[in-house]
Amino acid sequence: MSWLITNLWLIPAVPLALSLVILSLAKSRRKSAAALAIIGQVIALAFAIFVFLPTLQTPGFRAVQNFTWFSFGEHALRIGWLLDPLAAPMMMMIALVGLCIFIFSVGYMADDNNFTRFFAYLSFFSGAMLGVVIANSLLLLFIFWELVGLASYLLIGFWIERPSAAAAARKAFITTRIGDMGFFLGILWLYHNSGTLLFYDEGHGCLESAGLAMLGATATFIALLIFFGAAGKSGQFPLHVWLPDAMEGPTPVSALIHAATMVAAGVFLVARVYPLFSLGAINGATPSLTVVVWIGVTTALMAALIAIAQADIKRVLAYSTVSQLGLMMVSLGVGGVAAGIMHLLAHGFFKALLFLGAGSVIHGCRGEQDIRKMGGLRRLMPVTFLTYAIGMMALSGVPLFFSGGWTKEEILHAAAHWPKSHVPYYLALAGVILTAIYMTRQIIYVFFDNRRAGSLHAHESPRVMTMPLIVLALCAIFFSAVLTPAWPWLHGYLAGERVYFEISRLIQPTLFVSLGLVGAGVGLGVWMYRKAGMQDRDRAPETDPLEYAQPALFRFLENKMWLDEFYDRTVIAFATMCARVSDWMDRQVWDGLVRALGNLGQVFGIFTTGVDERGINAGVDETTAGTRGLGRLMSAAHSGQIQTYLGVAAIGMLVLLLFYAWLG
Amino acid sequence: MTLTLQLFLIVSAALFCIGLLAALSRRHAIFILIGIEMMLAAANLNFIAFWRFSPEPHEPTGVMIAIFAIAIAAAEAAVGLALVISVYRHYRTTNVDQLDQLKG
Repeated sequence: MSWLITNLWLIPAVPLALSLVILSLAKSRRKSAAALAIIGQVIALAFAIFVFLPTLQTPGFRAVQNFTWFSFGEHALRIGWLLDPLAAPMMMMIALVGLCIFIFSVGYMADDNNFTRFFAYLSFFSGAMLGVVIANSLLLLFIFWELVGLASYLLIGFWIERPSAAAAARKAFITTRIGDMGFFLGILWLYHNSGTLLFYDEGHGCLESAGLAMLGATATFIALLIFFGAAGKSGQFPLHVWLPDAMEGPTPVSALIHAATMVAAGVFLVARVYPLFSLGAINGATPSLTVVVWIGVTTALMAALIAIAQADIKRVLAYSTVSQLGLMMVSLGVGGVAAGIMHLLAHGFFKALLFLGAGSVIHGCRGEQDIRKMGGLRRLMPVTFLTYAIGMMALSGVPLFFSGGWTKEEILHAAAHWPKSHVPYYLALAGVILTAIYMTRQIIYVFFDNRRAGSLHAHESPRVMTMPLIVLALCAIFFSAVLTPAWPWLHGYLAGERVYFEISRLIQPTLFVSLGLVGAGVGLGVWMYRKAGMQDRDRAPETDPLEYAQPALFRFLENKMWLDEFYDRTVIAFATMCARVSDWMDRQVWDGLVRALGNLGQVFGIFTTGVDERGINAGVDETTAGTRGLGRLMSAAHSGQIQTYLGVAAIGMLVLLLFYAWLG
Repeated sequence: MTLTLQLFLIVSAALFCIGLLAALSRRHAIFILIGIEMMLAAANLNFIAFWRFSPEPHEPTGVMIAIFAIAIAAAEAAVGLALVISVYRHYRTTNVDQLDQLKG
């Protein structure tokens, strides 16, 4: 048992180390690269299951392993890892979904030149995310958090030769970085106030009562700053803009980002530091949690609306991810932490399924991504169609058989009992209808009707790609076994309560609500898009029915509510203007100042040169000339004629004698 | 005519002037040396004359100094002649007009 916890670090370390190994392989070692990455995931998954078992024994199980990283002065920075009911299932989900995606990638990326590099990045991505999950220190979590950001940057920009991919990678990195800035400020503030960044430390951690007591009212601000970071990572409004653009990466990357790793990190972070959010809750609500709810519900509804008008198969799914993440945030905000995490886990399975299904469709249609050009794939790609339909129903929240339905019900149930307001509940209901509509639209466009230009020569994908789809589809269905109200095992496990089996609880009032909503959504979708790809009265086949009915609204949604343009005109324009101003300041003002100083120095130099040449030099010249003249004068007396000297001496003697005689 | 001190001094001054003239006017180094010797002889004559006409002519002090000066003059002549030979070997001449290396 203690052996497990001390060696917990191996779970992220194995994929991370293997990614380095793969990176050092030659480009041609494709098979060993894929094998190593997959083996890494298998090891991580096995280990995750292994450590999951002890957490089953006692409700609210928690084991930590802390150690001093380094010390400065009297302070010691301690980090560590943590195993609890939040981390254990997350690890299993990440490793399992990652494994499916890795296997799928073997088929999907088969023709890519940089196959080995791709698997190195994938393994790195997965390892970094596993690190986020087991971190017991906010600092350690932040380090892995940044590694996740780096991996996403590398993978979104994997097809670096495409300018749009490079731009998307940059956008993802910078946008999440804006959030990370808030997160980091939150970390600093937390450390300043509580003196520790450990979550749990035998009563002294920042999430335990003693640590929380030291925070007091500042917990709200710290929580909001941390939520800013989570919003950046999890694509919450207003930092969601990077997530749809991240579709520029290869489809398995989108699956990994949208299901298991990147975006899950934000929701996981909020769940992890939940005590900070709920500190001093009155009637189950705090200011920070209220912010989380409203941001979440705004995101959920906005993204669902935008998804209706998107034509790219992956973009629809991307906006659905944004919308689902918003729903998870709502759940966390209204107090349904367990429901939010359950939805995160279930979402991990079915969103990976949907993205891989989309990847299979794109692969079958030879790179075509526009759903309006597909159609009729139902017969050509039966496995993909079936699994995709399961994923679609799980995402739409069809009750009873699909995991997404149960978790969505839990969330709606939690939202309905939020004491502050019922508006988020009704908005979430609207979001459920919209989700059903856009998923129905997508299914109809892609799989029904007649074949169109993009799908004429479509073919079913190879088994290496369909097998992960089937596994994920089975997960999406059978995961619901632990979610139902009759036996809410996962809920009890996450919340640390004991649960009992009782079949009579299976049918809840919310079940009928969501059944009605999903039915309405699917019905509305079928009615709206039944003739989507065909000539309908005076509407051309390639025109979207909604575009035909409401052109202005459609354009508004198609252009993502012009949020990118809005940011272009405001934030980015402001940043560009700031850059221009500083450039101008640099060139004109500071440069001018420096140049003026230089000129001053030059003038002084000229002046000193004048003084030197005309004054000092001239003086020295005069002196030397005088000395030389004198010397010349004197040297004239030195004739070298010894007799002259003698004569002079004799005359001198005579003069002296005469002088003496004259004196008397 | 009695021998007086003035007579000796006149002879001595004449001898000195002849020596000086020789030293100043001759171009040959040997003759200059001879001139110098003549001036020295004039000085010796003065010593002897002043001693002979001094109040104490019995003590041989003047003779002693004269003999001493003659000995030194002999040494000086030896050095002078050696210099002349050395100069001649170096410059192949003993004409002092051409020995003007100390000209400033």
